[in-house]
Amino acid sequence: MTRIKILVIENEAIIRAGITLVLQSFTVKFPFMEKGFDYTIIEAANGENGIEIIKKGGVDILLLNNKLPGIKGLEVLEYINTHRLNISVTMITSDACLDLAIAATNNGADGFIAKPFTPQELRISVENSTKQLYLKRMTRQMTTQCKSIRYKFLSVLSHELKSPLNAIEGYLQLMDDKELGNNMNDYHNMIGRSMQRISGMRSLIMDLLDLTQLENTQGEIVFRTIDLSEICKMSIELIRPIAIQKNLRINIDISSGIMFMANVRDMEIMFNNVLSNAVKYNKMNGLININMRESGAEIIISITDTGIGIDENDIDKLFLEFSRLKNKETRDISGSGLGLSILKQIVESYDGKVEVKSELGKGSTFIINLPNKPKI
Amino acid sequence: MIGKDKKVFLVDDDIDFKDQMEILLKGFGFEVLMGESQAEGEALLKNNKADLAVFDLMMENQDSGFILANKAKRINPEMPIIIATAVAAETGISFSVDTEQDKNWLGADLILEKGIRKDQLHREISKLLKL
Repeated sequence: MTRIKILVIENEAIIRAGITLVLQSFTVKFPFMEKGFDYTIIEAANGENGIEIIKKGGVDILLLNNKLPGIKGLEVLEYINTHRLNISVTMITSDACLDLAIAATNNGADGFIAKPFTPQELRISVENSTKQLYLKRMTRQMTTQCKSIRYKFLSVLSHELKSPLNAIEGYLQLMDDKELGNNMNDYHNMIGRSMQRISGMRSLIMDLLDLTQLENTQGEIVFRTIDLSEICKMSIELIRPIAIQKNLRINIDISSGIMFMANVRDMEIMFNNVLSNAVKYNKMNGLININMRESGAEIIISITDTGIGIDENDIDKLFLEFSRLKNKETRDISGSGLGLSILKQIVESYDGKVEVKSELGKGSTFIINLPNKPKI
Repeated sequence: MIGKDKKVFLVDDDIDFKDQMEILLKGFGFEVLMGESQAEGEALLKNNKADLAVFDLMMENQDSGFILANKAKRINPEMPIIIATAVAAETGISFSVDTEQDKNWLGADLILEKGIRKDQLHREISKLLKL
């Protein structure tokens, strides 16, 4: 139970006592959260006392009568408003007075309850205030979390962008100092490494563009029924030139006419990422098996390579943003560390899942399951 | 040649930085014994002896360099240790080893920012080797 503190500012003792009686045993539960709420009630007979209690902090909900002996309810409301306190205020009114309602609303009152009210009316009013309070707090918490995730992402990103620059700068410095003498051929390795880091940086920028596109929910995203087999075949043609350089054999076993409701761009990115990995991390003269079929209400895509494979302990890290497995096998392969996290993000946005089976030194299989139900 | 007839351990998982440092150290006359991870560094320490060590800070662990430095000091307290890091440039956090207490705690004699120039490196190593 989460305890909510309610302050009642009301000059009539009998009404204060009535409110306390009704609310002290009251609890509220919402279907969207596990824990419910219960209440502590504090009473104040006038506005001055009320403000003293508010100053001490911890008040969540205020039930406030306007007609008070000293300062008026509206002045208490103004105090809360000018001090930007996060308190949900419900005005208790003795007559339906439009002017008061307007003035109170302008000063940030969240609700009204007219005297005389029944216990049930009181409970409904408090339940609404609780819901408002909870949603406001959740929103604030999510905004803060969102900011902190964005900050983390940007600081990792700046590291990923700086580190190739540092490496290239270092090589250029060595070349400028003619550290290996005057023969240009001796710098071949440095130039090669610099090109490698530049190409890694380029693929990072390309992947960032993909990511921006995925996260951009503004504008029109078109979903239509597309032939997934055709998109897969187009992706295969894109990687073929690089596969030829490594003398890889590509076996394609794809059922024709697998129709799927999706955004074309998403599907292209998905295939490009998984297929380019199968080429990049493959060995010379290796093999790629591409298999796609429909099974019941599911589309199963499986891509197997005969590449370097992944250590069992590293599989969990594979789909994290910017995680690149660093070892002797991967050092000369450039990548952004974003490809698989993008792949996972896409597949999950279609309620699908990605699975990896791998044996170190033998190769890996990526299996993508997409539930084939029409997406609205 | 400050490195003449001397050996240096160089452990870094960033192969570009390692290769660049190797060229500089060889240029100073050192024989360079290399590793690419904390684990390889530990193996180096066990099986070899050197006059100087250059360790990267973040490898398998965030503090791999400090771990290696402490292990190295236990085996050979006389060997000066340089920890090379890009931490300051990345995060703004900086370490200093100004006092004896810092030295004992960190295990390192010098923390160097990666991207140091050749002449600066030469000067710092000369100081550490008391040449």
